Formats: sequence, C-alpha cells, structure tokens
Amino acid sequence: MKENKGPDHQQWGIKGQALKQQHKAASDTFVIDHQQAPRRDTMVHFTPEEKCIISKQWGQVNIDETGGEALGRLLVVYPWTQRFFDNFGNLSSSSAIMGNPKVKAHGKKVLTSFGDAIKNMDNLKGAFAKLSELHCDKLHVDPENFKLLGNVLVIVLAKYFGKEFTPQVQSAWQKLVAGVATALAHKYH
Amino acid sequence: MSLTKSERTIIMSLWDKVSSQSEAIGTEALERLFLSFPQTKTYFPHFDLHAGSAQLRTHGAKVAAALGDAVKNMDNLDSALSPLRDLLAYKLRIDPVNFRLLSHCLLVTLAVHLPADFTAETHAAWDKFLCQVSAILTEKYR
Repeated sequence: MKENKGPDHQQWGIKGQALKQQHKAASDTFVIDHQQAPRRDTMVHFTPEEKCIISKQWGQVNIDETGGEALGRLLVVYPWTQRFFDNFGNLSSSSAIMGNPKVKAHGKKVLTSFGDAIKNMDNLKGAFAKLSELHCDKLHVDPENFKLLGNVLVIVLAKYFGKEFTPQVQSAWQKLVAGVATALAHKYH
Repeated sequence: MSLTKSERTIIMSLWDKVSSQSEAIGTEALERLFLSFPQTKTYFPHFDLHAGSAQLRTHGAKVAAALGDAVKNMDNLDSALSPLRDLLAYKLRIDPVNFRLLSHCLLVTLAVHLPADFTAETHAAWDKFLCQVSAILTEKYR
C-alpha cells in the first residue's frame, strides 16, 4: 500500500502531530480485501471475565429446551418472523407455537449453533461465515432478525438464571449476541 | 398496533406483582442499560451512575412512576404520557433508538424478578406495550 503523502505536518506543529496520528490510525485500519481476516476495528473483544461468565453459564443451559423457548418467543412476540416458517404447521396461538415440535427442533438446532459461537468467541466472523452466506443466499433472512433473536435469548437466559443474571452478566451476553448478529450479517451482499 | 383487552389484563396483572418494588425495578433497568449499552450514559454526564448511587435510584423511581402511570392509563396513553412526551421532544431529545434499549432492559429485569410469570404471552404483551409507550414518547420529535 502506498505511503500517504498528505500535507506537510511538521509545519503545523501540535495540530500537525494530531493529524499525523489520525492519518496513521486510518491507514492502519484500512483494508482493501474483504476476504482477509476481520478488520481490527470491527472485531468484538471479550475480556477473560466475560468469556468465563459466558462459558460457565452456557454449561448450565439446557440446549434442548432453551432453543425452543427462544425461537418460540421470537415467533410469539414478533409474529412477522413467522414468515420464514410457513411449513411449521400450527402457529396460530402462543401455546400452539411454544408447544410446536418443529419449533422446538429448529430452536435446538439454532442454539446448538450458538454454542459454536461460544467456542469461537475470538473469531465470530470466521466461525459464522458459511452460515452467513446461507442466511443471505438461500434463506433470505433480514439480519434485523438476528438482533431480535439475540435479545429474546438474553431474556430467556434472564428468566432461567434469575438473580444470577446480574447487570454485569447481562452485559457480557449482550456483547456476544451482538457479535453473533454482526457475524451472521457479515457475508451479506 | 393497539393493545387487546387480554393484553391489557396481562400487563396490569404483572405490574401489580412488582408495583411495591417498582423503584427497584426502574433502577435495575437503568443499571442494566448503562452496563450493556454504555453509549446511553452520554445522556447523563451530570450523574453519578455507579450502582447504588442516589441519583440513579431517584431516576429509576421516576422511570418506574411514569411506567406505573402508563399501566394505570392504558385506555388513554396519549394524554397520560403527554407531559413526558413534550419534555422529551423539546428539552431532553433522547434519540429514539434508546427507548428500544431501555424497553429491552425493563423486560430483562421483569424476567429476572418474576420468572414464573414471564410467560411467552406476557413477554409479548409487555414488549408491545413498551413499544407503544416508546412510540408515543417520540411522537413530537418532528
């Protein structure tokens, strides 16, 4: 990449120093090829504490039930999301949705995949690259739905963990669900 | 988007269960908001936002009181929220996106405190209600 031949910063004194920093920072994060490793400035960084909280709680989650609960609630609370599930059978009421076996099965599938996120918290974009392409090219899912589901999952976890789901714990999970939503949208075109 | 009779019953019934600790609920929702979505702190540069701060508790109580008012006046949300709506539009001007964030944190707080009552149906009714409240509160922005 060519050296940035901007204005002569030396003659601008202190202001020049600041400008020089800005230009350097900009060129550090400027990436031409989107196929390369994720840009430093857009990657989510988890502290060791956040990783610990999340892994520990994930170990206590019943994947079978929680997935169905989260997906079910998405379909109940935001009924327009049912548009993706025409072949799921009876979605006519809250109890029909929450008890629907296809919803439970698919919820489990989705949450199992979420478990992969937890194993790859340092490279969510890489971990979800293929799924991102799938959701864009084959499933045609608006990425807004990833945010909706992520927040529903946080609420389900809150309900399950109760007081243990402190504000600090919530904040770690919010970071993760936001990271997953971004990763899933990353390959959209 | 308006609330059905059954949704109103659900909403009131849940609020009844927490109304005695509504200040704590309001305060906790704000704590969660500031921790999970730190950009929301930009509206409170003049506050001490540490957990347990008196300012946080006072503001939490205000939020809870407004919510309680809204619950009591679901048949007439427009006029119940009108003073707050004007304050937000002309003075506070909090970006509309933040209402969704606070609503989410209120739902999380309710789920934490009333897990058995926070069924999918209750979750749906409350989400819709908070959405409506938020829409009214930002109605006069432009």
